[in-house]
Amino acid sequence: MSAPNDELGGLAPDEYARVLEILGRKPNEVELGIFAAMWSEHCSYKSSKKWLRTLPTEGPQVLQGPGENAGAVDIGGGLAAVFKMESHNHPSFIEPYQGAATGVGGILRDVFTMGARPVAILNALRFGAPDHEATRRLAAGVVAGIGGYGNCVGVPTVGGECSFHPSYNGNILVNAMAVGIAPADRLFRSAAAGVGNAVVYVGSRTGRDGIHGATMASAGFDDEAGQMRPTVQVGDPFTGKLLIEACLELMATDAIVAVQDMGAAGLTSSSFEMASKGGLGVELDLDRVPQREEGMSAYEIMLSESQERMLMVLRPGGEEAAAAVFGKWGLEFAVIGRLTGTGRMELMQHGQRVADLPIRPLADGAPEYDRPWTPAPPAPAAVVSPGNSDPMAALRAILGGPAGASRRWIWEQYDHTVMGDTVGGPGGDAAVVRIHGTASGLALTSDCTPRYCLADPVEGGRQAVAEAWRNLTAVGARPLAVTDNLNFGNPERPEVMGQFTGCIRGMGEACRALDFPVVSGNVSLYNETNGRAVLPTPVVGAVGLLADLAVRVGMALPGPGLALVLVGETRGHLGRSLWLETVEGREEGPPPPVDLAAERRNGDFVRAGIRAGRIAACHDLSDGGLLVAAAEMALAGGVGAALRSPLDDAVAGLFGEDQARYLLAVEDPEDVLERAAAAGVPARRAGDTGGSALTVEGHSSISLDELRDLHEAWMPAWIAGG
Amino acid sequence: MKAVVIVFPGSNCDRDARVALEAATGRPPAMVWHGDSGLPPADLVVLPGGFSYGDYLRPGAMAARSPVMQAVVRAAKRGVRVLGICNGFQVLTECGLLPGALLRNAGLRFVCRPVRLRVETARSPFTNGYRPGSALRMPVAHHDGNYFADAATLERLAGEDRVAFRYLDNPNGSLGDIAGILNEGRNVLGMMPHPERAAEALLGGTDGRALFDALAA
Repeated sequence: MSAPNDELGGLAPDEYARVLEILGRKPNEVELGIFAAMWSEHCSYKSSKKWLRTLPTEGPQVLQGPGENAGAVDIGGGLAAVFKMESHNHPSFIEPYQGAATGVGGILRDVFTMGARPVAILNALRFGAPDHEATRRLAAGVVAGIGGYGNCVGVPTVGGECSFHPSYNGNILVNAMAVGIAPADRLFRSAAAGVGNAVVYVGSRTGRDGIHGATMASAGFDDEAGQMRPTVQVGDPFTGKLLIEACLELMATDAIVAVQDMGAAGLTSSSFEMASKGGLGVELDLDRVPQREEGMSAYEIMLSESQERMLMVLRPGGEEAAAAVFGKWGLEFAVIGRLTGTGRMELMQHGQRVADLPIRPLADGAPEYDRPWTPAPPAPAAVVSPGNSDPMAALRAILGGPAGASRRWIWEQYDHTVMGDTVGGPGGDAAVVRIHGTASGLALTSDCTPRYCLADPVEGGRQAVAEAWRNLTAVGARPLAVTDNLNFGNPERPEVMGQFTGCIRGMGEACRALDFPVVSGNVSLYNETNGRAVLPTPVVGAVGLLADLAVRVGMALPGPGLALVLVGETRGHLGRSLWLETVEGREEGPPPPVDLAAERRNGDFVRAGIRAGRIAACHDLSDGGLLVAAAEMALAGGVGAALRSPLDDAVAGLFGEDQARYLLAVEDPEDVLERAAAAGVPARRAGDTGGSALTVEGHSSISLDELRDLHEAWMPAWIAGG
Repeated sequence: MKAVVIVFPGSNCDRDARVALEAATGRPPAMVWHGDSGLPPADLVVLPGGFSYGDYLRPGAMAARSPVMQAVVRAAKRGVRVLGICNGFQVLTECGLLPGALLRNAGLRFVCRPVRLRVETARSPFTNGYRPGSALRMPVAHHDGNYFADAATLERLAGEDRVAFRYLDNPNGSLGDIAGILNEGRNVLGMMPHPERAAEALLGGTDGRALFDALAA
């Protein structure tokens, strides 16, 4: 393969040669634009699909796996949870408010396109170093943009994650996940059917914004990234809200054959995908496309990424009903074409045929690369001398700094209580949203530890899945399935491709071991600036089911007089730990190994204990280890605790990031420990709850008031420029 | 009691209001579309939260001029009870049923958090289920909740016992910590906090329920 060429519309010369072969002639400008968009990394997954195929995507709970607008799983009661995560990294770096807002709008469209009412939004954010000149502005803009869209459409933003690292200085990551609920037997899909059926355009008018968005998202940045601002789409959440209501209203009838949102590459990819999946042709009259501006060329109309637009195929006679619904909501509605039996995409404008492309060969001929990759070299062990440093000083540094500080400043800008079903909002292990009108709920989380993925992509991939599974388990939910958002650098560099293949391998292993299939996802490559890639960041969004909302726990310590029980084996792994990074300033060592059998055993034990009412509070151990988890539980409940280090080396015991661990608050520790022993699950007494301070036996103590102040102080002070 | 919830394009707490009303009254309220020029017979009209007309121009400004609001204003003048929550409060100030205005939050950011309120008066059909002086907890979720009125209006509101709720931890810079006010006839209440989101223990609180129960009684 060879480098993309601007004169070839962004195609590589060998890709262009294939275009000539398929067409038997030179493409015109419109046709070349269509090929370039459809064969872009963003639309074609040409570097990643060989590896994506290795992920497990099936299970009895799966109603829809990858390949549609979003995945879907059975949640009982005749209902499906529909969900997907998607990145809007490049646009958010160029224009943080609109980039993030349209990221939310786009992922919401993916979910309601399937016929689901969106019920929750999560987001996974990665920013550069807090002291980098751009970070504050980008973080403020992204958070405002996410809130600006989600708050207006009235879908609660219930959870997410945010972390900082210099590798994101020139390339932030903005990943948004949407979750919706639909009748399980009325999921809408995108395969067109019925020669002669009307192809209908609904939503906003088409303008000149976002042209080349898909190709822009398929290249790295240089210092001129700011000049790409016109490629960023502009969102209108008000229209987005109307589009949700109008589509769901029409979906309640039988007017729709197929539906596809206009996301990346707009009208091109939506019409192409629908016809391609249905094995049909499509004829569009571009003069009928509602346009915001005069004199738009066919090229601009086909490649615009204007937001809040959908394409539908209607049943014969469905047009009148559909027009009435969209008219009621004040949205554009236009029949712009018909399905044909020719297998070709034929575009007419001003009475001229402006493009005529064979669909099947264009889809089948899409490039697929087996890019060379080199495995990441194993990280040498981090040398950590047995610490007798003060654990409370380390705790202060972690919870009072960028890595561990409260994210309240972010999530208070998101409406997380609208829709009246938020049982557990931001700040817990998993958010919990009631399934409207029932006593059941969904548990939702998103997780990834990029510093682990950098040091060992395979372990990092396993860990991202395992942590998501643990977070769902920690509230008592049955983990159902995941959506992934794979953010990496330039796949044409073998070391980046090595990170990608390693992470996928680890994720696949974990998903198989935990019966946690991947039902949807998104790949974002070329996340790098001037040749420096971001940390490998395969974000895992996950959904679990709480059959009875009355049977669940949170992480808040509910009161004094409870025993703390630590589940899982503590070895004191400090490589790549938050402690090593924050206190010692070192990013070294391999990440903690993930024992998937132990994950499963320990998690199943904890979940069973929650369901049996034996556990009063539960928190998964992750960043920062045992002491950070205990501190978060104490802060959430306003109840103090006295903790014992499980190891003689207090630093390793309190800050080691060994996996497959949970901290429980229980009334009857003997009973829980006996049951753990019987189940082959390592567990030990780790302390007691009570008082108004967090104490480590044999070490100092810190009052909850002081802890809360320093935990809450960092982010507002940082944003204010402090 | 017959309740009506007005649905504007961009309303997003209409379902939440319906759920709370149904729980209190035992039957679903009528949902009335903004384009309708008439109102069904009603004892209570609820203007729900959200972003009616996308907050274009100013929050509540366009909704205040919609056909259905002309009917709501006439009904309010006849003594029909009108409850405006969040965006509904903004609509009530824009259409003149309540004095003052709701400006951008002092912190300039959207704020979603539980706040504490003090009940200032029990002398209204909305608040007669509360003890004056008692403290309530309810969520706010708004970008433009910063209550403003001139000094004479503020004095008049206080003097006529028309401040229904004041914030104990003012989240938005409202003058006088005002969170909700009544009209002269005491049959119109506008408030920024969301009582409908504080009507169920599972969702974190029940302090809003007494407001709906009082209306249903």
